[in-house]
Amino acid sequence: MAGLIPAYDSAEKLELLPTPTSPGQVAVRNVRRRPDAILGGILLGIVVVAALLAPALAPFDPFSPKGPSLAPPSPPHLMGTDALGRDLWSGVLYGARTSLTVAFLVGLMVLVIGTLVGTTAGYRGGWVDDVLMRFTEVLQVLPRFFLALVVIALFGPGLDRLVLALGLSSWALLARVIRAEVLSLREREFVEAAVTMGAPVRRIIFRELLPNILPSAVVVLSLLLAQVMLLEASLGFLGLGDPNTISWGYLAGQAQRFLRVAWWLSVFPGAAIMMAVLGLNLVGDALTETLGGRT
Amino acid sequence: MTARYVARRLAQVLPAVVGVLLIGFLLIQLAPGDPILALAGESGDAEYYEFMRQKFGLDRPLPDQLWAYFSNVIRGDLGVSYVHGRSVAAVIGERLPATVLLTSAALVLSSIVGIGLGIYGGLRYRHPDDLLLNVTALSFYAAPVFWVGQLALLTLALGLGWFPVQGMTTAGASFTGFAAVRDVAAHLALPALVLAAQEIAAVTRLTRVGLINELASDHVRTARGKGLAERIVIVRHGLRRTLLPVVTVIGGRIGHLVSGAVVVELVFGWPGLGRLLVGAMQNRDTPILLGMFLLVATSVIIANLLTDLVYGWLDPRIRLR
Repeated sequence: MAGLIPAYDSAEKLELLPTPTSPGQVAVRNVRRRPDAILGGILLGIVVVAALLAPALAPFDPFSPKGPSLAPPSPPHLMGTDALGRDLWSGVLYGARTSLTVAFLVGLMVLVIGTLVGTTAGYRGGWVDDVLMRFTEVLQVLPRFFLALVVIALFGPGLDRLVLALGLSSWALLARVIRAEVLSLREREFVEAAVTMGAPVRRIIFRELLPNILPSAVVVLSLLLAQVMLLEASLGFLGLGDPNTISWGYLAGQAQRFLRVAWWLSVFPGAAIMMAVLGLNLVGDALTETLGGRT
Repeated sequence: MTARYVARRLAQVLPAVVGVLLIGFLLIQLAPGDPILALAGESGDAEYYEFMRQKFGLDRPLPDQLWAYFSNVIRGDLGVSYVHGRSVAAVIGERLPATVLLTSAALVLSSIVGIGLGIYGGLRYRHPDDLLLNVTALSFYAAPVFWVGQLALLTLALGLGWFPVQGMTTAGASFTGFAAVRDVAAHLALPALVLAAQEIAAVTRLTRVGLINELASDHVRTARGKGLAERIVIVRHGLRRTLLPVVTVIGGRIGHLVSGAVVVELVFGWPGLGRLLVGAMQNRDTPILLGMFLLVATSVIIANLLTDLVYGWLDPRIRLR
């Protein structure tokens, strides 16, 4: 009889299971195992470094016409110059600032509003939930590109109103995902235990619900921000961005007239946009799969 | 399809339309300066301003103004574009067919090519082919549409000369009948392909992931276990459920495609809403912009309604929920 059951007599055969870690740590560990996530992180890292160090890295003032007109890429103008003789490499570096600023601020607004609406709708339920969800349905059908156009036409161009228009109109998806998470978490034992123990609502939301919602919120947010970056670029391409800042979309829009004679003016700013958006998408995809959620 | 499902779905349209109109009204009221500037544009024509003031009830209390706005907009009356000297509806209507042609060509193209490539990738999961397809799809998904357009223009049209460079028809030529159709189709091909590129990538990814999940599921294993031919397993048991989510996103894709179309039109000199829009922005011809916003928003609402009804017809589980 004894021979039928494999005997684990030596301790080395038993592998120690890793100590349980928080969902956040698990997510980070899983992401690090994936090459596409690492590539996405590197791409995003390059954009962030370019944005932070733009004044140090840029050899020229992106607005000052110093070089020869329409010079192809060659030192000292690594990406060539535009029709006014402005250095494109410096422009692309400073463009990272605009793109990331818009994405960061819109992301912050979306996170705050989306979390507020999502948890309120999910936790309160009833007519509050109904009203809020009808509202998100309206927001979800809004064509954000055309909304931004109307806002710029009525209020004039500027980064502040662009961020407001995009931030106020982009949170619907996040709110719906968070609401769904709250609805399912509310039934779990640890939340019921907290409720039974008489924990105040604030504590239940901030200590029990939100930490568990964060992973899926981050996934939705990363994919949303990729869209926001593309939207901002399209508006810049139409020349509707802030006239006092350089953006990648603006640079590509300026390139349109000189497409036949200066390919570099289009190629580099567009590649920069693609790099940033691809980075966000790759990281978002990896997070989606490791966290087991689907958006 | 149950009548109850249709009725419930139709009832959801009303709040959406009212919401869109409210946002339009709110923006006009919030705009700096006199709301008449937002409603009538910056023509500076006092007589026209007085006419529009009366029409939209700007001298009356806010609820009256809201009512006037709603009843005017619902009748499709958005006033007159001072730049074009004609009604907003007429100006937009004139440019609309070109944009609709471009958008629908891209929608059809992206559905067919996207589903085809998605099936190809899904059946070759973890093959080098699939990896290459996936990387390409991801890249197109991340590339801004104007950049894809500029690169296509540089390489395929200007470089290789495979496609005409600008416009919708050959300048100076007067084709008739079939030759005219062929001329437009030749000009349409590249812009439509560029506009479709991002959607092809999205549909490919959606179909591919869906098919991979579906082929790994229990009912497909059962079908294989029964000894069905692989082709029947894939078509009857795998694809059927894979394509449902692809159908549902069509409504959302239309809004996205129209925004993209406006940008692609500028790259290729396509005579649709794009150039009209840029002109309206430069001249602060706001009625045109508000009109486009309302038009696209209602189109998306209607497209969503239609896709939901089709979805309910395809998938009985939806109706019962």
